[in-house]
Amino acid sequence: MRKTTSKMWAAAAGVTGIALLATACSGNAETPSDEGSDAGSENITLTLGTFNEPGYTDEMFAEYEAANPGITIENKKAATSNEARDNLNTRLASGSGASDIEMIEIDWLPELMQYPEKFTDLTDPALDGRWLDWKVAQATTPDGVLLGYGTDIGPEAIAFRGDLLAAAGLPSTREEVAAALGGADATWDDYFAFGKQYTEATGKPFFDAAGAIYQGMINQVENAYEDNDGTIIAATNPEVKDIYDSVTTASVTDNLSAHLGQWSDDWTASFQTDGFATMLAPGWMLGVIEGNSAGVTGWDIADVFPGGAGNWGGSFLTVPAQSKHAEEAKKLAAWLTAPEQQIAAYKSKGTFPSQVEALASDELLSSVNPFFNDAPAGQILANRAVGIVAPFKGPNYFAVNDAMQSALTEVDVNGGDAAAQWDTFVSAVNALG
Amino acid sequence: MATSTTPPQLDSGRQRDPERAVRRVGFSQTLGRWDVKVSPYLYISPFFLLFALTGLFPLVYTAYVSVHDWNLIGGKGAFVGFENYLFVVQEPNFWKSLRNTFSIFFLSTVPQLIIAIVLAALLDANLRARTFWRMGVLLPYVVAPVAVSLIFGKLFADKSGLINTVLGYVGIDPIGWHAQILPSHIAIATMVDFRWTGYNTLILLAAMQAIPKDLYEAAVLDGATRVRQFFSVTVPMLRPTIIFVVITSTIGGLQIFDEPRLFDQTGQGGPSRQWMTATMYIYELGWGNQKSFGRASAVAWILFLIIVIIGLINFSITRKISSDSSTTKRKKVSR
Repeated sequence: MRKTTSKMWAAAAGVTGIALLATACSGNAETPSDEGSDAGSENITLTLGTFNEPGYTDEMFAEYEAANPGITIENKKAATSNEARDNLNTRLASGSGASDIEMIEIDWLPELMQYPEKFTDLTDPALDGRWLDWKVAQATTPDGVLLGYGTDIGPEAIAFRGDLLAAAGLPSTREEVAAALGGADATWDDYFAFGKQYTEATGKPFFDAAGAIYQGMINQVENAYEDNDGTIIAATNPEVKDIYDSVTTASVTDNLSAHLGQWSDDWTASFQTDGFATMLAPGWMLGVIEGNSAGVTGWDIADVFPGGAGNWGGSFLTVPAQSKHAEEAKKLAAWLTAPEQQIAAYKSKGTFPSQVEALASDELLSSVNPFFNDAPAGQILANRAVGIVAPFKGPNYFAVNDAMQSALTEVDVNGGDAAAQWDTFVSAVNALG
Repeated sequence: MATSTTPPQLDSGRQRDPERAVRRVGFSQTLGRWDVKVSPYLYISPFFLLFALTGLFPLVYTAYVSVHDWNLIGGKGAFVGFENYLFVVQEPNFWKSLRNTFSIFFLSTVPQLIIAIVLAALLDANLRARTFWRMGVLLPYVVAPVAVSLIFGKLFADKSGLINTVLGYVGIDPIGWHAQILPSHIAIATMVDFRWTGYNTLILLAAMQAIPKDLYEAAVLDGATRVRQFFSVTVPMLRPTIIFVVITSTIGGLQIFDEPRLFDQTGQGGPSRQWMTATMYIYELGWGNQKSFGRASAVAWILFLIIVIIGLINFSITRKISSDSSTTKRKKVSR
């Protein structure tokens, strides 16, 4: 008997020990963050959550830290916009863990703007007029609360492979291509007609993906998927159907597409194999093209865009309400989105600034991009930014666009039936409502 | 024994003289009684406490969430009863996700088990540098699933991938690994097998080494070849371990997430959800475009019930097999 009891005691002691250890571990895990936030006004660490390549450099952070003693900036980078979105959604849901400043892309900003109480009001009269009006409007709630400071915008031009076009016997310089696509009155029909000439001459694809062309076209429609009151009209809007039809016709019937899913491994690899001759190029895309085309020469940018000006993407800096240093974070966000910093970011990673003053600066306008055959990229994109009409993007924009991109991928890449995929899209949209 | 006789005495004493103080039971005696009655429960309580915290509570809370309108960011909404269940059951994507889960599960588990047994048998042989080979099969297990998916994603790329290029050399048309349903499942099953075969090989190897050597000696004396020994001695003796491996890979297989999610750039399981598994569907409902925790929880509960049913089937098969094996043993003995 005694033997078993002593064994039992030993077992109990062991179990208690393990239980204590387990609780001790969980206790430890929580303490540092609490201490960090209670550290007081002396030393503050501001976290900055970004994705892709916003162009903010360590030198910028060092400069700010030097000017503001006691502030340390920690940059948390996510690889993709989707990853940043998932991360931020989870942190907002759990009520803790988000960075003091979170970068949000325009496509998924609307769905978060349904919860303005989750973010700090960034309205600041001193910053009135810093950004383009439509950029500010995108981040302003119906009640007039500004939730985010604009970073970059994505005015679109046409990037093309001059060498491939020349080999096909087509216009191949910047000016010639712009003129061939219709110059200032360029339409999508002009673009597809030019593509047919190229494809007939060479038998090779003209653009990379149906999804990419669609993105360019839908971004020129003011109310594509939703009315201003948020009613979903995507499935019944004739403009959406027209764009879908013309994109699928150009991609599959006319075979202008390289049938690649944008951002897929095949897409990345095709930059090395002369997979296509043109693509839509928002400012931030130039860096992507250059990154994927190491060793490839012949890329250039034409100062033209079919269907008028268009904007693709662009981001904002927000301060989640859960931040313990909202004031300091707001200050830093304002500093990072000031024209000087955004010009520096443009030079570093090609993210095109959304600040009025930056758009007029000589530094930006005189910049050339050596990779794109020394194209005056700053001037071209500034020209392309004129007359952008920002489409309305409501809470369901991302979801509807996602369903559309799935349908287009199925048709363009996997050879699905266009009519059947349209029906799939419609039922996916109806499931949202 | 003494304690059981005490209460009546106390009662009678109280009746006779209410003024008289109740007979005090020594505290050490009370403690002793507690020790007997309470401490066994105390000893087993850590498991139940931990289970309640990490197993039962999430389960019950998920059920609670699943009968509410519950937004990821907005939080709890109205009580909706079984509306969420009705919604997901009517969604074609839900059924697609179940189809994909089971298909990937079968395509990965069956070859994995066969390869693992064969590899284990090879490693069980008298090899030179035995430890090296044994560690070698475990190497893929060390690689993070995300890294495996990225590498295999490139290998299985539809146009630029190595595998389609190699298939082209032998005259096979490129296969739409990311376009068609079955090829995508095969590609994902390959990733799963790459990672888990070595792990299961080592478990089976350990079981093989526990097989008494005299069985093999007897078989050799009977003139059995190595192949015959493998099928007539090794495999039957491995039965309990094979069942264990099947159960663990069932649990793992029905929860597969990393590999299919990273199989393409969007992580949605393909444009037509060709390879979206049940757990990916839960993620899409809860964290994707709908942000509906209620619907996600409903799917999670359905998946839980399915796993319970499969567990019961497994259990009955296990019992059948174990009774089978005992009869065969008896037969062998009688022979």
